[in-house]
Amino acid sequence: MRILMFGWEFPPHITGGLGTACYGLVKGLAKNGVEVSFVVPKAYGDEDYNVARILSASDIEVNRDSLLIEDFWKRITMMEIGSNLIPYVSPEEFTKIVSQNLHDKTDIQHSIFRTHYQFSGKYGKDLMEEVSRYAVIASILASKNNFDIVHAHDWLTYPAGIAAKSVSGKPLVIHVHATEFDRSGENINQNVFDIERKGMMTADRVICVSNYTRNIVIHRYGINESKVFTVHNAVEFDKDFNQHEWHKSVPEKVVTFLGRVTFQKGPDYFVEAANRVLSKYKNVRFVMAGSGDMLNRMVRRVAELRISEKFHFTGFLKGDDVNRMFMQSDLYVMPSVSEPFGISPLEAMRANVPVIISKQSGVAEVLKHAIKVDFWDIDAMADAIHGIIHYDALSRFFRRMGQEEVLHLKWENAALQVKEIYNSFNA
Amino acid sequence: MKTICFYFQVHQPFRLRRYRFFDIGARHNYFDDYANRTIMRKVADKCYLPTNQLFLDLIKEYGCKFKISYSISGTAIDQFEIYAPDVLDSFKRLAETGCVEFLAETYSHSLSSLKSREEFENQVALHGAKIKQHFNQTPTVFRNTELIYSDKIGEMVSEMGYKAILCEGAKHILGWKSPNYVYTNAINPKLKLLLKNFKLSDDIAFRFSNRAWDEWPLTTEKYVNWLNSIDSKEEIINLFMDYETFGEHQWEETGIFEFMRHLPRRVFSNSDFEFLTPSEAAEKHQPIAPMHVQHPISWADEERDLTAWLGNDLQDDAFDKLYAIREKIKLVNDENLIRDWKYLQTSDHFYYMCTKWFSDGDVHKYFNPYDTPYDAFINFMNILSDFMLRIDEEITRNDLKTLLPIEIKKMIIEYEQKIAELKNITESKTINKKIKPKAIKKKVLAKSTEKSKMVKIEKSGKTKSVKSKIADKNKQKKSINHKNLK
Repeated sequence: MRILMFGWEFPPHITGGLGTACYGLVKGLAKNGVEVSFVVPKAYGDEDYNVARILSASDIEVNRDSLLIEDFWKRITMMEIGSNLIPYVSPEEFTKIVSQNLHDKTDIQHSIFRTHYQFSGKYGKDLMEEVSRYAVIASILASKNNFDIVHAHDWLTYPAGIAAKSVSGKPLVIHVHATEFDRSGENINQNVFDIERKGMMTADRVICVSNYTRNIVIHRYGINESKVFTVHNAVEFDKDFNQHEWHKSVPEKVVTFLGRVTFQKGPDYFVEAANRVLSKYKNVRFVMAGSGDMLNRMVRRVAELRISEKFHFTGFLKGDDVNRMFMQSDLYVMPSVSEPFGISPLEAMRANVPVIISKQSGVAEVLKHAIKVDFWDIDAMADAIHGIIHYDALSRFFRRMGQEEVLHLKWENAALQVKEIYNSFNA
Repeated sequence: MKTICFYFQVHQPFRLRRYRFFDIGARHNYFDDYANRTIMRKVADKCYLPTNQLFLDLIKEYGCKFKISYSISGTAIDQFEIYAPDVLDSFKRLAETGCVEFLAETYSHSLSSLKSREEFENQVALHGAKIKQHFNQTPTVFRNTELIYSDKIGEMVSEMGYKAILCEGAKHILGWKSPNYVYTNAINPKLKLLLKNFKLSDDIAFRFSNRAWDEWPLTTEKYVNWLNSIDSKEEIINLFMDYETFGEHQWEETGIFEFMRHLPRRVFSNSDFEFLTPSEAAEKHQPIAPMHVQHPISWADEERDLTAWLGNDLQDDAFDKLYAIREKIKLVNDENLIRDWKYLQTSDHFYYMCTKWFSDGDVHKYFNPYDTPYDAFINFMNILSDFMLRIDEEITRNDLKTLLPIEIKKMIIEYEQKIAELKNITESKTINKKIKPKAIKKKVLAKSTEKSKMVKIEKSGKTKSVKSKIADKNKQKKSINHKNLK
């Protein structure tokens, strides 16, 4: 079975959880004997380096099971496309980021495409053009390569998936990692919504990362539920995870929020809950790690509540600093307002940190050993925070059970479910 | 004869390095050595050294007919000692001429006058000692951080023995009155007030190189004409400005040095003015009225208030949190901790947290090491959190916790409660006497006396220890003060 898969990032060159998820899925599929051609748009022109990095990362793993890895690389062909797609960036931001040289590109391709799809071009024309150029190239690829199924991840690649399907006549699987409602709440970007809906309508199967997302797809996009499936994400951990030993440097318990500081991640509820805890219990510090458009507002709120000597901001963390942050943490809180899946609590649990997650997250469907609260229920959140940092037996229990639980969430299993969906086309 | 009184503010903060959450509890060096050194060297070469030389030349030429005054913050002097001893030497040479007066201020250019009299006095004493050490002068005139002044601050300064203080001639305070007279503090008329003539000061400090200004270019001729055009009864023009005006805010290319070099000659030949230092000016001129300043004013921004340093939530929280640890600091002897405590109080840290972008953004951005006020706040609070941890550690290590006023109060309350309990017991004893039958009475009596005896012994032992601890504390306080004065 050969799959033509469209993504927009691949580790280690990633900006969000999507690249990691794609990597895990592709790897899991390889283990299940599925051959994947993974297409990524070129982001900043340093993708060669990126590819080299992927190879070297796999070198480290060769010792473990070299056979599997070799097979894995045989089955995966990386293809690059000259494109400026930047994942997890809204069209508005994209126009700011991408520089002039974008306009140097040939116009013929996008004009063909535009007549076909007729984008209004009102919002972030450039990003939409990138999406369309990606789709044009996808159709070329689809005509030249041999494959059985097209698989596209998230809205920026849906047009590519649709193009590949229409050129080749092969079935299309669409993988929904997030919807416009998760990204923007109710103030959705209509263009993005339209692309998403068209993708879902055209697709033969829609895979959602959680039942939470599946519900949105069925009810908000009006997709026939018989073709919408849930495959929960898994999590893949580096072997050298505990290589670095960072010791906690503050005497107090540390409660961490880690993620983009944007409305859908619920940072404001975290601040309010922190305030409640601090009014009763002093032996604790709160950390907000990450940046985003709500960061300044959060800083002001923390100062207004007069808790700033116990509430810290780290800014955006990357690489080792994320693990370092987990090492410093006694509790991880993810108060997301809307979270299709949410992989970071799993990373926290892997790092031996108990977690509190909002019920409005996909990950809440798969985790047993986590405290689940409604994102808006500040009192419950404060209560849970206090409970875990105050009662050692509770946190010990969560740590032990959580570690075990999270190790059982394997991409291999998730990939098997995806493979079954692929197989359903033959039946 | 009328008076021109030149005063220059010389200040450099110890800028903080990027201090992240991970550093809390792990690293305790807070200051950006590189930035502090490079900025000090840059300003030294562009401003301090050439301007000092200019004034030395002028004093050589005119003798003590030409006079100026400085207030140099303790943190600036510390930085001279570390990074620019040549600058310190040239200030010393200026001091040796006898034509230069050095004013008193807080050691770290802090806002302590708004928070704690004790801390304020302590810092002023430290600064005075530093000035005496380097320039062999004992300041008699006070200049508070950024000319922050109110009736209360004036009263405090006067009680500390200063005979005059420098303030802003803020329009909203003066109203129709002129800054060109000497005024007095509203509470204590002994303290004289020298008010900045902000129009004539800012002509030099801010507008000198502004080509859009219709008076550009400013010549000494024009400027002395303006000086001459003040009301014939008016007595004094106070020209107060940042020392960095020369060569730094106004580059050398603008001609600012030439302007200053020729100004005295023009004043001597074409006007009825003489140059005096602040203490001489305060001595010479009779105050004409008290000036009422209920709410603190400063020389900053259009508003001439405190909002550059305090007022938004970021600033207020950081400021309150910083001064909340003062009681603990008083118990600590560690040199590094006391130095950090001084440097963290520098007003600039709060200035960087100012969110009034729009009207005065330019000045606020000057030398501001942070991209946003939020960055400034986060960084400062991370450092303060670490500092608080260190203070607490030091206190537990030396077993000083019981000496904290809060702890002592707690103890007093505890013992008062115990005393009340004991009183209850003795009272209930007398009641028992009346009501209870004899047999039981005896029993109770025996029990209660036994109890009260025990408690009494305990009590007397503890009260004694409390007293001795308080005595220890006083001793220690004295020794701290003594040390600081040194």
